[in-house]
Amino acid sequence: MSAPALTQRDLLELKRTWDTPRGFWGWVSSVDHKVVAIRYVVTAFVFFLLAGALALLMRIQLAGPENHFLSPDLYNQFFTTHGTTMMFLFAVPVMEAVGLYMVPLLIGTRNVAFPRLNNFGYWVYLMGGVLMFAGLFSNTGPDTGWFSYVPLAGPEFSPGKRVDVWAQMITFTEIAALVSAVEIIATVFKQRAPGMTFRRLPLFVWAMVITSFMVIFAMPVVATASQMLAMDRLIDTQFFNPAEGGSAILWQHLFWFFGHPEVYIIFIPALGMISAILPAMVRRPVFGHRALVISMIAVGFLSFALWAHHMFATGLPEGANMLFALTSGAIAVPTGIQIFCWIATIWSGRPRFQVPFLYVLAFFFLFIIGGMTGLLLAAVPVDLQVTDTYFLPAHIHYVLIGGAVFPLLGAITFWFPKATGRLLDERLGRWSFWLLFIGVNLTFFPMHVSALLGMPRRVYTYLPGLGWTLPNALSTLGSMVIAVALLVLLVNVARSLAAGQVAGDDPWHADSLEWTIPSPAPSYNYAVIPVVEGIAPAWERSESSPYVTGLSTTVREVLLTSVEDVEPESRHEQPGPTIWPFVAAMATTGLIYGLIFTVWAVPIGAVFVTIGLIGWAWPRRGHSPDEFAEHVAAITVEGA
Amino acid sequence: MIRRLGEVAFAVLAAACGGAPQSPLNPAGAEAREVLTLGAIYTALAVLTYVLVNTVLVLGLRRRRRTVLPEVPEVAPAEEDERRLGRKVRNAAIVTALILAVYVGATWAVEAHVTSSPSTRPITIQVTGRQWWWEMRYQDSVPSQTFITANELHVPVGRPVVMLLQSEDVIHSFWVPALNGKKDLVPGKTNRVVFTPREAGTFRGQCAEFCGFQHAHMAFDVVVESQDAYDAWVAAQRTPAPPPDDSLAARGQQVFLSKACPTCHAIQGARAFGSRGPDLTHVASRQSLAAGTLPNTRGHLAGWIVDPGRQKPGTRMPPNPMSGEELEALLAYLEGLK
Amino acid sequence: MSSRFPRRAGFAALALLALVACEREQRELRTPPSGAATVPTIRVGGIVPGPAGALPDSIPTGPAAEDRTSPYEENAYAISEGKRLYSWMNCIGCHGEGGGAIGPALMDQTWIYGGSPANIYATIVEGRPNGMPSFGGRLTDDDVWKLVAYVRSMSAQPSKAARPGRNDDMQTKKSEQRELRKATNESASPDGTRPQ
Repeated sequence: MSAPALTQRDLLELKRTWDTPRGFWGWVSSVDHKVVAIRYVVTAFVFFLLAGALALLMRIQLAGPENHFLSPDLYNQFFTTHGTTMMFLFAVPVMEAVGLYMVPLLIGTRNVAFPRLNNFGYWVYLMGGVLMFAGLFSNTGPDTGWFSYVPLAGPEFSPGKRVDVWAQMITFTEIAALVSAVEIIATVFKQRAPGMTFRRLPLFVWAMVITSFMVIFAMPVVATASQMLAMDRLIDTQFFNPAEGGSAILWQHLFWFFGHPEVYIIFIPALGMISAILPAMVRRPVFGHRALVISMIAVGFLSFALWAHHMFATGLPEGANMLFALTSGAIAVPTGIQIFCWIATIWSGRPRFQVPFLYVLAFFFLFIIGGMTGLLLAAVPVDLQVTDTYFLPAHIHYVLIGGAVFPLLGAITFWFPKATGRLLDERLGRWSFWLLFIGVNLTFFPMHVSALLGMPRRVYTYLPGLGWTLPNALSTLGSMVIAVALLVLLVNVARSLAAGQVAGDDPWHADSLEWTIPSPAPSYNYAVIPVVEGIAPAWERSESSPYVTGLSTTVREVLLTSVEDVEPESRHEQPGPTIWPFVAAMATTGLIYGLIFTVWAVPIGAVFVTIGLIGWAWPRRGHSPDEFAEHVAAITVEGA
Repeated sequence: MIRRLGEVAFAVLAAACGGAPQSPLNPAGAEAREVLTLGAIYTALAVLTYVLVNTVLVLGLRRRRRTVLPEVPEVAPAEEDERRLGRKVRNAAIVTALILAVYVGATWAVEAHVTSSPSTRPITIQVTGRQWWWEMRYQDSVPSQTFITANELHVPVGRPVVMLLQSEDVIHSFWVPALNGKKDLVPGKTNRVVFTPREAGTFRGQCAEFCGFQHAHMAFDVVVESQDAYDAWVAAQRTPAPPPDDSLAARGQQVFLSKACPTCHAIQGARAFGSRGPDLTHVASRQSLAAGTLPNTRGHLAGWIVDPGRQKPGTRMPPNPMSGEELEALLAYLEGLK
Repeated sequence: MSSRFPRRAGFAALALLALVACEREQRELRTPPSGAATVPTIRVGGIVPGPAGALPDSIPTGPAAEDRTSPYEENAYAISEGKRLYSWMNCIGCHGEGGGAIGPALMDQTWIYGGSPANIYATIVEGRPNGMPSFGGRLTDDDVWKLVAYVRSMSAQPSKAARPGRNDDMQTKKSEQRELRKATNESASPDGTRPQ
């Protein structure tokens, strides 16, 4: 889509205004949401590969009975770090990151609502991950499981600083997730292109908004719980000490109240990604837009009512067990509705079997297995036989890999051209897809078998003669296949970045707004803000479609629109690149790292954080009320 | 009818599993059988659903492959087609909700049944979990009739058993797949699990909640036997250890009492009252050592005593180096503790 | 964009961390089946150490006390195990939770027989007059050193990060981690009698 009202000179000016400055400090201080999001994605995948390497080592240990490849101490650190990294440092951040990249593009705006906060969030996330792995590499890796049950993780049974490293790492990732959530909600509510009502909002954006509300309700709970644990360990509080009125079960309630929505925080963006990919791949809009939105909202709400299904074995009152069995079963209905809508879309569309579509199809073949085992786990008496066995890793990996990672890889393949200007190689893509599909099934299906033969989870070894050796050996083999698949994927990405096929604006002939701008997306996203008239703007727009004029090319401005009618409301000046979010993030890092060792870190660290925040918030020249009125008057909608 | 189908199903499965001692697919108790029936039905339903949904998907994929494929997308699909599709999706959703309602109802029914209090007078056993072994305390209305054993349970066929579950340190989980689902041992509270064995045999239980370094090696044996055999076992367990019958065993008792052993272990009838480790009064009658980790043979016992950290690194039992003569005597003594 | 500086800084930081954290976080899960704790030949003032009479033959005498160093002074796991052993070996019976009862307090500044790790080791292994049993034949070397580390942690000798937090029991005192460091009175009074 060209920018009819802007000259070549205007475009150059716009580029100069919005580009990230060159050099190291320019890169550190960038407030371009795309730069920050790519950083997030790359970092998240580094953590993914590190956690995957740990998993490979664990599978080698479990390949045969009574192996001595890993000591119990090392194994405990590895499985804890694997789970914690995957959940906190990969899955949630990568979904947030794809959201931070795509949401402004999908709704027709130039940046997220709070550019400096976005930058801050990334550095906090990175330092949390650094803490985790610095811990692991210095023998201080947490070793009590990714959900760190007390009293095992408490002061008496976990000496040293390992669990404190875990508890404070949570703080970092929680801050970063809340930052992303706030960004997305504010951006989507106030910065949509005119005409993009909620009924026309792309499903991926809906998914990210719902996820963001869930983050706001769930993350503070785990942050509070982890600080309670840290306090029990550091300053003798009694939250989880039954002998002094505390409760070991309290930890589980607090953790799982966060922990269950957490997996849906990972899952719902993936549902949005499927809906984003399908229209281009089957040549029709997704069937049942409204049903899908309502289902996603229902899943979001219901996910907060399921948490005690992780605690069926702890001896809750039977009434509680029954209630949570009901809600856990109920969530299958909105999930099922979404699956039916997608199948209806595919049924009535004309599919093209390109790599993103393959990843979407794999969702149906993998996630549904996980969904079915999930229903088995919702049935309390059956759960009591299979929970805390290898049935659980089997279930979670089918739902997380099938339900989140596969759609994610499809989305990355789909949006790679928009971010880089080049397409991923289709042939290598097919190879990595099939290797991954086979590897995942070979690794995780046999776990159902060893579970039904009685193998508990989180065991560093097992005795021979129980029938567990063969399933474990198969799983280990499968994990090697997964490793090869990921290697092929990495090679694909590297080669395509260097010399991949040039993509052009719209290689997939897709329906959403981001395909109307050049690839790679320019720093300012949209040279002119489009006016949206339907649910598939890229398919519906033409040369004579309306657009907005009046935004400055020399000042960073975004258009704010009203929430309900999406009429232009005002122009909002955004800050440019600045080092202060980085400074504040480093000060925050120092505070939280110090909190592992002493509570004095709080008052001392607060001083530095305050300095960082003062620098951040230092007032800049703003507009007078007359200038402001003039600005609002200058916005026009052309061609409507 | 359903019950018969279920019975056939798990008979087949049990045969397929070759009598696995630690498998929920090989139930020996009333509760485990009910749960397996329910689980088998649910699994069949799950497989059916998976096949159905994915068949529809595959059919949908094949449907319009042969039509000419222009690049122009169908921006506004025909309303009548959309309505028809809508009806199909709605019907599928309604069917899903109905099936789930029945599913949850059946879950409630079975759960209520397997957790109901036993009708006949049960045997009550208090289990205390510690890192990384199990203390079993058989209760009795007459206090002098209670006795303590470790890492092995005996129960008679046909009589309900109530396990009272407590923990001395961290959260453990008591799980005998052949008999019933698991229940956690949570410090600060007493949980309860009930099972009713229906078949004789030897089964295995294992801790099912991560509890530290040797969670992997925290198992126990469950022997389900006839009422007579059970009564004989109980009578034997209630008797304290007799004095050693030969000089080697007497020397062994001397070794036991002079080393660190009584600090943690108890032997009723000898002057050993430790309570930090398993009660050893009838250790020779047990099937395994070290919480189900090692077979109870002379060689394994010797290795365990001298260097427990070799089998269970991180164990609380310290190494006990001693001369060959002392070890021989000690083994002779311990082997007499039937 | 120059990326060498952050990478170098990162490696340096990791190396530093490795040095600092390693000792505290080591978990020695398998102690070699060493001999029973050996009894050092040390004399403190005029007091005759250990039980009256000759030491049993099976307990060999070892190197001089001054040569003994604690392998676990800064090891969090060992100190925590020492805390467990303190309870399991019933040190509580005479010394309470460190405040003393029929035995002397262990969390204060006064050490009748010396407060260095080697001294405490000798006290535990040899026993002392007026009721301190000799644990020489009952504990391995390793376990004695764990107890030594724990006893010292009661007066905050090891660093704060290595000392244990509270137990999951009824609380009777501040956790060792929150104790303020107390100076040790390492030597006994000249005539060996208990200081007033």
